[in-house]
Amino acid sequence: MVRRALFPAILIAGLGGPVAAQVGGDPERGEVLFRSDCASCHQVGQGARNRVGPHLNGIFDRQAGQIEDFRYSEDMMLRANAGLKWDFESLDRYIENPRVFVSRTRMNYAGMESAEDRSDLLAYLRLFSADPANIPEAAPTAAAVDHEVAPEILAIVGDPAYGEYLSTECTSCHQESGAANGIPSITNWPADVFVTAMHAYKEGVREHNVMEMMASRLSNEEIAALAAYFENIE
Amino acid sequence: MKLNRRAFIGTAAAGAATLSAPMVMGAAHGKPRVVVVGGGAGGATAARYLAKDSNGEIDVTLIEPTRHYYTCFFSNLYIGGFRSIDSIGHSYGTLASEYGINVLHDWATGVDRDAKTVSTAGGYTLPYDRLILSPGIDFVDGAVPGWDISAQDRMPHAYKAGSQTELLKAQIEAMPEGGTYAMVAPPNPFRCPPGPYERVSMVAHLLKQINPTAKILIADPKQNFSKQALFEEGWNRHYSGMIERIGPDFGGGNVEVDPEAMTVTIDGSVTNVDACNVIPAMKAGRIADIAGITEGNWAPVNAADLSSKMDENIHVLGDACAQGDMPKSGFSANSQAKVCANAVRGALTGSTVFPARFANTCWSLIDTDDGVKVGATYEATEEKIAKVDGFVSDTGESAEVRAATYQESIGWYDGITADMFG
Repeated sequence: MVRRALFPAILIAGLGGPVAAQVGGDPERGEVLFRSDCASCHQVGQGARNRVGPHLNGIFDRQAGQIEDFRYSEDMMLRANAGLKWDFESLDRYIENPRVFVSRTRMNYAGMESAEDRSDLLAYLRLFSADPANIPEAAPTAAAVDHEVAPEILAIVGDPAYGEYLSTECTSCHQESGAANGIPSITNWPADVFVTAMHAYKEGVREHNVMEMMASRLSNEEIAALAAYFENIE
Repeated sequence: MKLNRRAFIGTAAAGAATLSAPMVMGAAHGKPRVVVVGGGAGGATAARYLAKDSNGEIDVTLIEPTRHYYTCFFSNLYIGGFRSIDSIGHSYGTLASEYGINVLHDWATGVDRDAKTVSTAGGYTLPYDRLILSPGIDFVDGAVPGWDISAQDRMPHAYKAGSQTELLKAQIEAMPEGGTYAMVAPPNPFRCPPGPYERVSMVAHLLKQINPTAKILIADPKQNFSKQALFEEGWNRHYSGMIERIGPDFGGGNVEVDPEAMTVTIDGSVTNVDACNVIPAMKAGRIADIAGITEGNWAPVNAADLSSKMDENIHVLGDACAQGDMPKSGFSANSQAKVCANAVRGALTGSTVFPARFANTCWSLIDTDDGVKVGATYEATEEKIAKVDGFVSDTGESAEVRAATYQESIGWYDGITADMFG
């Protein structure tokens, strides 16, 4: 079912004719693109940690699916076990259209269409890969925070059993497996990212009519419960 | 999750062995038994959640006549050419193999509420501790003079998806140049309130490409309909001059059809039509009536757990129940099913019962990349399922917003069908 639904996407990508990004892009422009398109989920630079997505230090020439303590999607692990290695070409194809390259990836990103943009972005990421010693001294790129949640709200320890029940309201749209195609994956997010996102909807800072409606009637404890459940869902 | 699934294999094998034994099934063990009738958005979801969450502690049987189920939601997109018929078809293999549900392809034909058994057309009698009925809709006899089920080949309803939907599309494609497609729209309440109007949009989209001088005529007994402003705006923008709707003030509720002559008579005025989609008034699927738990056309239920107001051991989900403010939609049925499964599991195994909460969102497609939606949240009160909050797409939204709404609906389809069928 899901596979069939993906056929049109593949065809469209094929019709357009793939245009590969060129090595030698502009890393400064790449940093701007990273901040706008990637930094809400990924960190890179000294001290970068796994967030919604794995950290990206040293990604060039790394085997896929190898970051410890990060739970990859089943499909990403299938590709990793088949020997996928991240290099300029594979990263270029993945970023261009993630779901075509790894069909049920949890990465909630529609793709970066412009070959020039991808070239610049990869030039930026390349800065953090040559050799761990070469990582610039700058602080890691922070997640793009559009909302501050009070520390006492972030400190609430959620009840995953209640979260599992509440999650049944989410799974009418968001897939339990983490697969995503038009509706984002919400599985295995760090709890604080999940809580921050839900409070942003609850308070109308982030706009989406369904999500604002759903979040508006969740209490702080209920949001914490959902975050606790989804963080460790298998 | 994975471990649980493996553990189920044993249960499934035991179920199969019982099947080959004569008649009364499932009596050999002490597990509580739930029988679910109807494998759509309500029944499949309830069966899946009961099996999944009880870790094999509850014996779940799902009775569904079709081996291959076509969702009513997105069937209009098949008519419009946005989906293949195969892409809206689903089987029950995963529910049987991964969740250990005893899937029985049969018709439930009787309910003995004293003995707590369900009988089937295939001759089986299944005992239950709780019975969940999610039979969807049937049509009210004589609702549209001139039409009955024997005429559904000439004038399809296409309101149970599958062969009827394919037939209607074929008839629209075969219309002569400049011909007329007529829809007899249903009175409230009915399955999928925006459904007839999304269908009109999809028929118009199809005709615009293959038969642009064709006309669409809607006879409608209702003064107003779901997302009306959005649909009318879209029809003006995309299908100007193609669609005519005759409301109740002009006799839209006074309709008679002649399937042999292919005519529709609206308020005494006869029109020859080339394709005719009759969507009669609806009632709960027949098994609800057989079980004796209906009042009028629907089965009244308590909001907290979807239990029948007439029998505490029977629950009714989705289109068939009268619950209050939720629209009759696949999303609503799926939402109700999860509340019901939680309550039934609690009653049978002592697991925690959390308070009921409900939601619904309905997406509709008006034309390519022109999607709209309406949604609401609901709570259980003593009296009914009551609306809490809601939203609807705005008229005049940008093309980007509409395209994003359509993309979201595709994601929702994958999400809800995964939630139903595993």
